[in-house]
Amino acid sequence: MSKQFLLDGQPVPFEDGQSILEAARKAGHYIPSLCWHKDFPAHGSCKLCIVKAAGRHVSACATPAKEGWEVESNTPEMNGERRGLLQMLFVEGNHFCPSCEKSGNCELQALGYEYEMLTSRFRHFYPDRPVDASHPDVLLDFNRCIFCELCVRASRDVDGKSVFALTGRGINKHLVVNAESGRLADTDFSKDDLAAHICPVGVILHKGPGFAVPIGERTYDTASIRSQKLKEEES
Amino acid sequence: MHTQPPTPCSALDGILQHHGHRPTELLQILINAQQLEGWLPAPTLTYLAQALRLPRARVEGVAGFYSFLYTRPAGRFRVLFSDNITDRMLGNAELMDALCRKLWIEPGKLSEDGLVSIDATSCTGLCDQGPAMLVNGRAIGQLNHRRINEIAELIRQQRPLAQWPSEYFHIDDNIRRRDALLNLDMKPGAALASAIARGRAGWLAEMQASNLRGRGGAGFATAVKWSSARNAPGEPKVIVCNADEGEPGTFKDRVLLNTYADLVFEGMTLAAWAVGASEGFLYLRGEYSHLLPQLEAVLARRRAEGLLGMRILHEQGFDFDIRIHLGAGAYVCGEESALIESLEGKRGTPRIRPPFPVTCGYLGRPTVVNNVETLAKTCLIALQGGEAFAATGTAQSAGTKLLSISGDCAAPGIYEYPFGVSIARVLEDCGASDTQAVQVGGASGICLAGYEFQRRIAYEDVPTAGAFMIFDGTRDLFEVARSFVHFFAHESCGFCTPCRVGTALLKGFMDKLADGHGAQADLADIDWLDRLLKNASHCGLGSAAPNPVIDTLQKFRPAYERRLVSLDFEPAFDLDAALAEARQLTARDDPGAHLQTHEEGTP
Ligand SMILES: Cc1cc2nc3c(=O)[nH]c(=O)nc-3n(C[C@H](O)[C@H](O)[C@H](O)COP(=O)(O)O)c2cc1C
Ligand code: SF4
Ligand code: SF4
Ligand code: FES
Ligand code: FES
Repeated sequence: MSKQFLLDGQPVPFEDGQSILEAARKAGHYIPSLCWHKDFPAHGSCKLCIVKAAGRHVSACATPAKEGWEVESNTPEMNGERRGLLQMLFVEGNHFCPSCEKSGNCELQALGYEYEMLTSRFRHFYPDRPVDASHPDVLLDFNRCIFCELCVRASRDVDGKSVFALTGRGINKHLVVNAESGRLADTDFSKDDLAAHICPVGVILHKGPGFAVPIGERTYDTASIRSQKLKEEES
Repeated sequence: MHTQPPTPCSALDGILQHHGHRPTELLQILINAQQLEGWLPAPTLTYLAQALRLPRARVEGVAGFYSFLYTRPAGRFRVLFSDNITDRMLGNAELMDALCRKLWIEPGKLSEDGLVSIDATSCTGLCDQGPAMLVNGRAIGQLNHRRINEIAELIRQQRPLAQWPSEYFHIDDNIRRRDALLNLDMKPGAALASAIARGRAGWLAEMQASNLRGRGGAGFATAVKWSSARNAPGEPKVIVCNADEGEPGTFKDRVLLNTYADLVFEGMTLAAWAVGASEGFLYLRGEYSHLLPQLEAVLARRRAEGLLGMRILHEQGFDFDIRIHLGAGAYVCGEESALIESLEGKRGTPRIRPPFPVTCGYLGRPTVVNNVETLAKTCLIALQGGEAFAATGTAQSAGTKLLSISGDCAAPGIYEYPFGVSIARVLEDCGASDTQAVQVGGASGICLAGYEFQRRIAYEDVPTAGAFMIFDGTRDLFEVARSFVHFFAHESCGFCTPCRVGTALLKGFMDKLADGHGAQADLADIDWLDRLLKNASHCGLGSAAPNPVIDTLQKFRPAYERRLVSLDFEPAFDLDAALAEARQLTARDDPGAHLQTHEEGTP
């Protein structure tokens, strides 16, 4: 008999070593995520996956499931905290969704809808983060970075290039590329790299025709991020 | 293309050679490389990355993480004023202002001739002899206007630090009360000989009997940590002494390392004996780099005496040595998994746990991280036995505790007490009067009000890593909390959303209140942020960051309320402040050049 825990009262089976998030998604229950990716080890930075396990707050993506645990996830309390974290991510960067090529395909935006984020609540930081348009195929708009490090990990661990890294600390943390000039054009980055296709928000954008799919018909315009992610899990 | 002259490559090669071209030494290499020009020009980072076969972006990532590393030009004299609340209470702002005026520069900026830069830095651990500063990394305490005048003159004359009056750099221990540890006069090697005679298992059993708990804050049972590492697979095992001592108001580890270094190193070796470890690190905060030469000398002597190295005290198979790694201005590196990342030459970002360091630490090996004081205490246990140690203190807190006492009292300094001592007793002993509040355990600790002074220092009552800051009736507890919030915002590593953004937002709210623009709604938002930080943060920094606000809001609420405007809501955007630039450009500061954004003087 396989082990199980209770997620919002419902039994979820799991195998040893599986995280709460993985087990839940496999069983058809959605726990949100931004920095987690099924092909990489857990990162644990965005905290969108926060749940209460046995009364303690933990990151579902980074916490191995335990037999008999009672886990709270889809509750007003946890969803309220998630909304707050989303508001933090929005005010920290410069997110003008209507003019963003990623709009409709953006996980941050989709989660904003999913968790009914109606206002940004906090004061905006308006950081000064210049765009890097040096590369022939790809544009970097750092204004929208949420520091999930998926590009960092993909470039280092899959592409074998380490094009991206984080520098700075605290609220001044920011993304840099692997060149003394600081320009993407001076790295060995290619539009075919995994890193060029992994950003969950609108930082790493491909040049060429924009808005090929009109806004309104994009991934999260047609179905909620909750149902899309669960569908991905099934296929 | 490069506008900067490249750093002499031969000098960089020498540094790389000295560190064996090991990428794990990246932080140490950067610290040394910076000594060449006072900062790290871009070509220097490129050169080091190539030599170490690391991606340049990773090197830039590390260089940008630590406060004491500069990737933009810094002065030939880099002055950093220690900015703990105790420094503020001793008037550091006025002194900084005076030095800036004398040298014609603005804080945070570099003088046009590149001679000097002046800025603030987190607590430097000289709270008992502040206000303090660091000049090119060297600590100077007991600042006053006379000293500031002299320093301005020395800088203007470009006098090298080596020619500055040596009394500037004198740092006192200020030991005021001794108990078991500070009274111990041990011949180096005596504790080790006794532990070796008991055998590894026997020594661990003695540790178990002692009930020693960690002095670094969390209070974890030391013997449990040691035996977990001993039983974990993976070699060679590692002992780390955590001398990061970044908690504002704490300085007892500095005194132990200055005067009791043999006890600390012997404690590390005792841990190695119990665990079967062969590699040791002392992680020394950059602020204490003045201790480096004397600590290296103690290590060299201990090697010569057969207390470190191969076959320690002639015991076959007992090989252990210690290296010192320097930090570079990052409080989070005191968190044990961030410390290990830093030891590996990376950004000091706390890891996901589990796995814990005892099974998967430095380079994936079993690693014990212990506080300086914890390790020194193990000498007492080796010499006098576990039971004797357990017999002192309280039921759940065996032994004594060193307190770093600062703030409003007659005799700040180091006090050693058996656990269980009351706050009131400590206050009496150090000559504090009219005490309004005591902050125990540093910025992340607890703020105690007068009605709590009968509480006791012990894990089961008021736990503490050792800081004890006293505030008398003249102090404003809101400003105390605000300074700690600034500290946490400055020190957040930025890894997780709640702490990275939450500490910055909290700082914004506290500043808004301080500026007289706070409203009731802000207190509700502060409350909400406090809870999210506590619940959702990735490590202890973020979850402790709201503590000073939570405590003072609860115990000293009037300090907040008298700052509020009578409205329920006041926007965070300050129209009047936005006009500051226009005022500066037009050289106006008359009432007509200001906007009144709320009614003043309303009751
Ligand atoms: C943000 C943060 C900073 C810390 N700083 C220190 C420190 O400077 N010194 C220290 O000994 N422990 C510090 N700790 C605690 C360490 O993580 C660890 O628990 C301790 O070094 C273990 O030693 P002990 O068991 O001997 O207490 C810190 C923890 C956190 C979360
Ligand atoms: S650029 Fe995109 S993928 Fe990379 S860290 Fe930022 S948000 Fe994540
Ligand atoms: S809580 Fe703060 S210091 Fe800790 S990981 Fe998160 S951002 Fe870094
Ligand atoms: S998905 Fe778990 S922390 Fe980001
Ligand atoms: S819509 Fe632009 S970043 Fe999400």
